[in-house]
Amino acid sequence: MATQEAATTTSPAQNVHPKLQSKSPSGPMAERWTKHKFDLKLINPANRRKFKVLVVGTGLAGSAASATLAEMGYKVTTLCIHDSPRRAHSIAAQGGINAAKNYPNDGDSIFRLFYDTVKGGDFRARESNVHRLAECSTQIIDQCVAQGVPFAREYGGLLANRSFGGAQVSRTFYARGQTGQQLLLGAYSALSRQVGLGRINLRPRREMLDLVVVDGVARGVIARNLATGEIEKYAADVVLMCTGGYGNVFYLSTNAKNCNVTATWRAHKRGAYFANPCFTQIHPTCIPVSGHYQSKLTLMSESLRNDGRVWVPSKMSDTRSPEQIPETERDYYLERKYPSFGNLVPRDIASRSAKEQTDAGKGVGSTKMAVFLDFRDAITRDGEDAIRARYGNLFQMYARITGENPYKTPMRIYPAVHYTMGGLWVDYNLESTIPGLFVLGEANFSDHGANRLGASALMQGLADGYFVIPATIAAHLAGRALPAVTEDHPEFRAVAQQVTDRTQRLLGIKGKRSADSIHRQLGNIVWNQIGMARTASGLQSAMRDIAALREEFWNNVNVPGSGADLNQQLENAGRVADFLEFAELTARDAYEREESCGGHFREEHQTPDGEAQRDDVKFQHAAAWEYNGEGKPETRNIEPLTFEVVKPAQRNYK
Amino acid sequence: MSESMHITLNVWRQKNAQEEGRLEAHACDVSPDMSFLEVLDVLNDKLVSEGKEAIAFEHDCREGICGSCSLVLNGQAHGPHKNTTTCQLHMRSFKSGDNITVEPFRAAAFPVLKDLVVDRSAFDRIQQSGGYVSVNTGSAPAANAVLVPKDDADSAMDAAQCIGCGACVAACPNASAMLFVSAKIAHLGLLPQGQPERKKRALAMVSAMDREGFGNCSNHFECGAACPKGISVANIARLNRDWLGAVLTEREERKDQGD
Repeated sequence: MATQEAATTTSPAQNVHPKLQSKSPSGPMAERWTKHKFDLKLINPANRRKFKVLVVGTGLAGSAASATLAEMGYKVTTLCIHDSPRRAHSIAAQGGINAAKNYPNDGDSIFRLFYDTVKGGDFRARESNVHRLAECSTQIIDQCVAQGVPFAREYGGLLANRSFGGAQVSRTFYARGQTGQQLLLGAYSALSRQVGLGRINLRPRREMLDLVVVDGVARGVIARNLATGEIEKYAADVVLMCTGGYGNVFYLSTNAKNCNVTATWRAHKRGAYFANPCFTQIHPTCIPVSGHYQSKLTLMSESLRNDGRVWVPSKMSDTRSPEQIPETERDYYLERKYPSFGNLVPRDIASRSAKEQTDAGKGVGSTKMAVFLDFRDAITRDGEDAIRARYGNLFQMYARITGENPYKTPMRIYPAVHYTMGGLWVDYNLESTIPGLFVLGEANFSDHGANRLGASALMQGLADGYFVIPATIAAHLAGRALPAVTEDHPEFRAVAQQVTDRTQRLLGIKGKRSADSIHRQLGNIVWNQIGMARTASGLQSAMRDIAALREEFWNNVNVPGSGADLNQQLENAGRVADFLEFAELTARDAYEREESCGGHFREEHQTPDGEAQRDDVKFQHAAAWEYNGEGKPETRNIEPLTFEVVKPAQRNYK
Repeated sequence: MSESMHITLNVWRQKNAQEEGRLEAHACDVSPDMSFLEVLDVLNDKLVSEGKEAIAFEHDCREGICGSCSLVLNGQAHGPHKNTTTCQLHMRSFKSGDNITVEPFRAAAFPVLKDLVVDRSAFDRIQQSGGYVSVNTGSAPAANAVLVPKDDADSAMDAAQCIGCGACVAACPNASAMLFVSAKIAHLGLLPQGQPERKKRALAMVSAMDREGFGNCSNHFECGAACPKGISVANIARLNRDWLGAVLTEREERKDQGD
């Protein structure tokens, strides 16, 4: 750690909101996590079985946490919204997972991964958390290999690596284009083992609909059994929410259809602060929209930018087919604008650059809302077989959806919503502002700042689940007196009744529109005004439009069927209702953050050459929103961010 | 851009596991660029606006990896194309005027919950019986300490791609789950990490499969033809070898221990 700065101390600042104390340890950055683990209380193995842990969600974070805590001896109950934990949306991650192993001997280190992640996030993440993430990265790979995750290998039998956006080293481990699938199946196998051993009570087809807080401490949730409609109560000593991101507020996104904000939003309304909701990631390489019926967008992995070159015709409205456009009339705009990172600039920059080109009338394809991702040169250099071996399944997926052959003609790509950096505010222990409620993975706000680098989501989900929470959970379980609370507690009955009433209210509106059609309309507003470029006036109009659409929903939605059986329309209506509240907060967060940083681009705040212009004096903080009751404006609290090691600078990828 | 097609869907409707189901005809105008599930979305939107109950069907990622979508289209699990899930099937694969019968995956071990939704939790219980390597978090050796020949890693990955959708069961005349089980057996059996529990795993997963009421394999290989991920039926031979070997040596090991 030669690059490490000398020891510094970070005693909690007195002027920080009492609920937003980060609890980051002090001392040299590289020693903080070790020191913190030592300072945390331990719970002896015989006592662990006395504690009931409730995990909501079975993606990478939820499955990893459930399995690990059960292995340690805790009594774990895990709720899964799908019919099987293996279907969680982590399964769809394609490209890879970062780890600072430095196997390619290209100068990588834990410090460099930490540095790249803080910088990639445009200096809006908490340094201590990010360093811990980089530290855990290497152990994750060890764990996954031991589980039998079939990572790509070199001929000598060693693990292979590739490079990803925002980095100049090759630190990404991968399993063809299905890395998320293989990592999730690894975590799922660990979870399944504990279920088989009787140490996890797995409840599939359960949707968390509210959080139960007793005497200020999270003590369980109310869930709906999606197969029978029954409203169920789950009491516990600690609640872990691993419920993913809110990208579907845009309706069209690369998220799976069941991804939703309901669990985190309902926890927010019970007192968990929601941090930085306007930090959303628009992924640069997705298959463009083809029609009004479109139900979701499909990602083409960022790894494709290792070999694919992004370009548009130099001339506006060029209608020639790409093969007919000579080299001199092509603008490889990323290579031109960012010669040192080229096609591998971070996602926010690549997305915005694509929008710049289509706004300038240089878009391609029938809708003109696309740019080319061209493999011609890579195929000439390495041969079609080599490209097929690297990306075969992605090329196949592209061909199936578009009916075009990407080996012969360039892919058409366009940015689409992919990931959300914002989420419930958590401290260094991953605990929210509600004691006893911990938030893991994409559902929290912690590690990616205003922009997440590729191959870091899988890393964070697994770090939180396998290595962070098993240590930090003791801060709550051993640190607080937890009187026995069961499902018979009056608060459980009261919240269950509220959930039932809400369901009845949705079923009773009997209007004319499906929840899906209203969701689609919401998505349009959010994409147009809170998408890749935002303005004060656009955000104001978005807030008005969202409020009006919410009125329309509660007066004119139709939810057929009953609450007493499997009813997907009802499930969806509840989620859309929450998106309609959440979207307004997102707009307000974007409105109040009068700077550009990472994925949050306010047109009023840009450098002369169109890059994001941060305002570190006014906005070097996380905004954590506090719910004040129905119809009342939320309070914007802040957690100031200090950068002791990586000094904020304008990101430069040129 | 592309002209509209007219198709008729005959969709299985069934209120719940207890009641009998029936086919219900719906005329739909669709675009050739729509995915099959988007046709169901549009039809559901219409049903809801008419105050009728929507058709329940399972779906999630809509990019062929989560294994949620199912459906038997005109008698074929996941429809007419090889290596394609229903969510990735586009209407350009059909002709205007086509009649398409849409049914759930059918097997005794996959009871219908509603309309096109079936209960596939039997697959989870098979995994829970032994579809894993027993390694607690934190106890793993350094990742490159164990070398894995590239060919073995690639073959393991071929098998590990299974998405657990259950098309193999739906396509099999015996409703056997042998392809599903063999994919996991092959994935872990091809890697050094899977060796210590190889025999135990084969015995446990096969008995779990039998307990769940899946049928036996009689080499029709419809499973391999229906699999959207191209999982090879050669894995079934590997499963049989591992299982047989385990049965034989298990007895010997017991004898050695004086059982």
